[in-house]
Amino acid sequence: MIWLGLYNYWIVIVLMMIGFYIVIAQGNLVKKIVGLNIFQTSAFIFFISLAWKEGGTAPIALPGVTEYSNPLPHVLILTAIVVGVALTAMGLALVVRIHEAYGSIEEDDIHEQDEYQ
Amino acid sequence: MAPGAGRCVIEALIDIVLLTFLAIIAVAIVRIRNLLAVTMLTGIYSLIVAVLFVLMDAVDVALTEAAVGAGLMVILMLATIALTTREERPHRMRHNLLALVVVVITGAALIYATLDMPRFGDPEAPAHVHLSPRFTQDSPQEIGIPNMVTSVLASYRGIDTLGEAVVVFAAAVGVLLVLGSGTVRRRKSGESADKDDKDASP
Repeated sequence: MIWLGLYNYWIVIVLMMIGFYIVIAQGNLVKKIVGLNIFQTSAFIFFISLAWKEGGTAPIALPGVTEYSNPLPHVLILTAIVVGVALTAMGLALVVRIHEAYGSIEEDDIHEQDEYQ
Repeated sequence: MAPGAGRCVIEALIDIVLLTFLAIIAVAIVRIRNLLAVTMLTGIYSLIVAVLFVLMDAVDVALTEAAVGAGLMVILMLATIALTTREERPHRMRHNLLALVVVVITGAALIYATLDMPRFGDPEAPAHVHLSPRFTQDSPQEIGIPNMVTSVLASYRGIDTLGEAVVVFAAAVGVLLVLGSGTVRRRKSGESADKDDKDASP
């Protein structure tokens, strides 16, 4: 049953690679930002998986409970989620601006217009 | 012992099913060309991630992910799609093979690396024996807040949170600059009669 203990990590890697593939292989800029999002969410799942402890509870102090999951990765990921949405907002603003300037959000069109200018 | 073990099995099953859902949704996002559908799938994806976080005892993170990932992110993307375009053009196939090879090799290397990792939920994993006991045992007395995530966020790693605020502020300024400059420039070139009006507004 070794795969059961590693299943979380494997799915994280699958998601990360799907996000990576979208970023490098797809031409639509909105899609690329979605890919970036999938990539970063997979890192979140990875951290939270590392923090989970079998037999523990959520890290909120209760009388009589001694086993908690690790609160530190939770804090790091809270920060990362907020930073991630700031990043997404910035990226989407750039996409809107590129659409204003080029009239397209497809990478090929933008390259073509750059070359003929 | 038996009821506890049963709960563990069910939790593991839910965990596996949700993770598999995530992988399926991610593949669907790659395949679907309608950006509106992609946005909706992103919202569902974030919601499932939030449920997974609840399952893994990270309740604060789940709240944030549900509010920010499934709420704010979807709104931002809908706004972008409204301002740009709703359909993705079918892309050319020539780059895809190389990209696929790179992705598969990277993924295989990462999966090889996981074979050394501690099992999911292992109480003896390095993450649980080094720093975690300090936070879980001492922080309720030291800070006086029962929620350890809050103590760590606001006190032990307060500088980190300040950095986060700086990043969000920088992003907000960046978004305003990027979108604001575009409107000013377009209006200047489009209707020069209104110029005095626009100079006053930014």
